[in-house]
Amino acid sequence: MSYLARRLLTFPLVMLGVSILVFFAIRMIPGDAITAMLGTEAGLLTPAQRESLAAYFGIDQPILIQYWKWLIGVFQGNLGISVIHGKPVLSIILERFPLTLQLALMSMVVALAVGLPAGVFAATRNEKASDLIVRVLAMIGQSTPNFVVGLLIIYALSAGFGILPTMGEFTPFLTDPLRNLGQMILPAITLGFAFAASVTRISRSAMLDVLSDDYVRTARSKGVPKRSVIWRHALPNALIPVVTLSGVEFGYLLGGAVLVEQIYALPGLGRLVLEAILQRDYALVQGCVLFIAFNFLVVNLLVDLLYVTLDPRIRLGEGG
Amino acid sequence: MGMLRAIFSHPSGRIGGTIVLIYVVVAVLGLFDLTPHNPLQQYRIDRLHAPSIVYWMGTDLFGRDVASRLMKGVGQSFLVGVSAVALATIAGTILGLTAAWFGRLWDGLVMRIMDVLLAFPAILLALLIIAIAGPGTWTSVAAIAIVYTPIFTRVVRGPALSIKSREFVDAARTFGSSKSYILTRHLLLNLVAPLTVQVTLALAWSLLTEAGLSFLGLGTQPPASSLGLMLADSRNLMETAPWLLIFPAIAIMISILGFNLLGDALRDILDPKTRSRTA
Repeated sequence: MSYLARRLLTFPLVMLGVSILVFFAIRMIPGDAITAMLGTEAGLLTPAQRESLAAYFGIDQPILIQYWKWLIGVFQGNLGISVIHGKPVLSIILERFPLTLQLALMSMVVALAVGLPAGVFAATRNEKASDLIVRVLAMIGQSTPNFVVGLLIIYALSAGFGILPTMGEFTPFLTDPLRNLGQMILPAITLGFAFAASVTRISRSAMLDVLSDDYVRTARSKGVPKRSVIWRHALPNALIPVVTLSGVEFGYLLGGAVLVEQIYALPGLGRLVLEAILQRDYALVQGCVLFIAFNFLVVNLLVDLLYVTLDPRIRLGEGG
Repeated sequence: MGMLRAIFSHPSGRIGGTIVLIYVVVAVLGLFDLTPHNPLQQYRIDRLHAPSIVYWMGTDLFGRDVASRLMKGVGQSFLVGVSAVALATIAGTILGLTAAWFGRLWDGLVMRIMDVLLAFPAILLALLIIAIAGPGTWTSVAAIAIVYTPIFTRVVRGPALSIKSREFVDAARTFGSSKSYILTRHLLLNLVAPLTVQVTLALAWSLLTEAGLSFLGLGTQPPASSLGLMLADSRNLMETAPWLLIFPAIAIMISILGFNLLGDALRDILDPKTRSRTA
């Protein structure tokens, strides 16, 4: 079976596994589901009220039937009702998702705009002082957690220029693009910082590989200018691992922006998960985790498809 | 000794090894309370005191010595990081080895479960586990261990599959060696190199994850000290007392950098094919 067919076949299986894990994980929370949903207020319920609530939410049925009904609901776009927000989980997620998506896209732009030229620059000056500086900076960048970068940026701005990033009411892009970009640029730089360092390292490494290939040597010996050899001959082939890395990182950013959204008080998906956990809104936790894992898997699948499309030599059918 | 010499003659290894060595010393001092001051003692008269001879890194809002809390925090992060990576290494090695050795249904089952765990961004899976078990130090250990187990399983299973079909394993079978002997002496010993690299890199990730969880208030709980917690506390005071932000930030950055550099050096030393490509 080809690699692609195998990937496409395993996708629904893994997604099914994810749904089982998420559903049963939430039910492993100590205490009964009604107490988990209502918190201390559950103590005020009479046994009859408790029973009717259990029947209403379907939690008086065997666990496998509960899972089956929940799964059918998920396929119909019903992820349950948030206790805290009093709204359908999916509608809350869809309200918050555009911000996280925009943040991930902007971070990727930042990372590629900085990392790609830096990696190419370092590769063309292999083992020289400038290469060493880029490598050291990339290593430091990769070792700095994004919340540390965020805090240092906020501190540098407030101490150096007496300004603080705009927090509070978030403006969607379509309402006021300029204000939105003003609010999003610092979080995007924060999130793109370590990503840029990874892009720098991988593009340098890929360029070094490509620059030692025969066709590059041939182009050079034919007198093609150095700039043209680097940007037109070598770079397109060195981009494959960069594209793969960017795709995988993008998947992480869609679900892993919790810390940056928290620092900049951005009402995105990551912050929604955190709030749901802290407020013990389990339907919301369950829905968010499922939604993020689904996105992550879809992005990874697309990256794999892109990988095979970009490099026709890749045939990973045999055990790849 | 040979390995130590190799590490310290590698440029990244020299810097990374030195940082890790200093980090471990500070962590051990912190864990055994060998700090300049009691990390929980509140010197109320010296609240938000700038760094000085008495308080090397200043004091916090409650008058607690930042240097002592930082040492305690480094110890705490180290304890969480090492425990989590040890658990992940043991679980991942057992699962990877047995999956490769027994194959068929067991291999399929283990690897599909690992695929499911890998379908979550690391911090999200950790948050899900904390949502179930509640925040705390040992929940963080369990969460980080579960997050990184699939990586160790994959790292072990791949090479174990190829070693399993090598002639010396066939020879051991022919001589009547037991399964456990072959698994531990032949397969496991040949996996020490990739595992060593992975452990070092996983330590860097686990320090990062622990700091992130504590920063969100879901890891180490106050009044215990943790670098992530110290950073979270510094947020509202960074303009008046920047030392509350700068020292823990530097400590986190340098410790992760140290483990990353050491991991890269080990990868170069143990797998010469990657040399000069990854730095």
